[in-house]
Amino acid sequence: MIDLEVEVVTALLLVLLCLTAVAVVRMRSLWAAVMLMGIYSFLGASWMLLLDAPDVAFTEAAVGAGISTILALATLALTTTRAKQPVHSPVLPLVVVGVTGAALAYGTLDMPMFGDANSPANSYPHPSYLERTEQDIHIPNVVTAVLGSYRGYDTLGETVVIFTAGIGVLLLLRGSRARVHPDQPEGPTA
Amino acid sequence: MSQMSILRVVAKVLLPFILLFALYVQFHGDYGPGGGFQAGVIFASGFVLYGLVYGLGAVRRVAPARVVEILVAVGVLIYAGTGVVTMLLGGAFLEYGALTPGHPAEGQHLGLLVIELGVGITVSAVMISIFSTFAGRGRA
Repeated sequence: MIDLEVEVVTALLLVLLCLTAVAVVRMRSLWAAVMLMGIYSFLGASWMLLLDAPDVAFTEAAVGAGISTILALATLALTTTRAKQPVHSPVLPLVVVGVTGAALAYGTLDMPMFGDANSPANSYPHPSYLERTEQDIHIPNVVTAVLGSYRGYDTLGETVVIFTAGIGVLLLLRGSRARVHPDQPEGPTA
Repeated sequence: MSQMSILRVVAKVLLPFILLFALYVQFHGDYGPGGGFQAGVIFASGFVLYGLVYGLGAVRRVAPARVVEILVAVGVLIYAGTGVVTMLLGGAFLEYGALTPGHPAEGQHLGLLVIELGVGITVSAVMISIFSTFAGRGRA
């Protein structure tokens, strides 16, 4: 019975995800589109929670629905809040998206069923991580153990990626502001 | 800055809980869902809320741009520095077991807490500085 309820809620969430995505694409008011994208992220986070991935759901809710929405709103404050009418016919993009989507859907036919014990995700890395974490590290959250310890190098790399992205954004935004000052002489290397 | 007093009061009431929740997620990541990444974003969202309601100047007074930019690098340094410390103590890079000789599991636990703190500092500093640079562009 529990399984059936989970299936029904999952199906509902996925239908809502599709409806929200279509609404975002068709919406001309950008404020409403940004808000709907936040809702899309929350729906995605709820779905990930149903798939037993609370850590990822947490990140999706905080970054996707929180910070991204704020940054998109900050962008709207600098630009306009209504999308322009498209000048090109939507037929070609629709075909490209349709073909790509169909190819992706076709690709999922080869994937193992969700929760399949023999799927690569469940048999490698070896399930013994689940058993070893308690005695190796004395903590119950295996996700944290794998991220921080067993795969510590990867997480260091991810932190450096965030660091690099942050520095890059700061340099870009600062750099373009310096160019606005009229009293700065135009350098040949600017 | 918003002139609506309801927004201003509600934001001020919510702020301590947001920051406390971020610290909970940060230091409870080894027991429950969460960790440095999520905690950093939640901590930064507290500053974003403060900035939205009270203005960018208020955020810059609490978290000066210079300090936040230094913290961006401090987090990575804490993470990589932990690896260097474990090497100096005779282990491999990021082999936290070397932190507490004789009790490798305790060292693992300690090392995880320290590197998650590094991740949290970098993530929240990057988010805060991206937000304030973005929000400050309109008036530059």
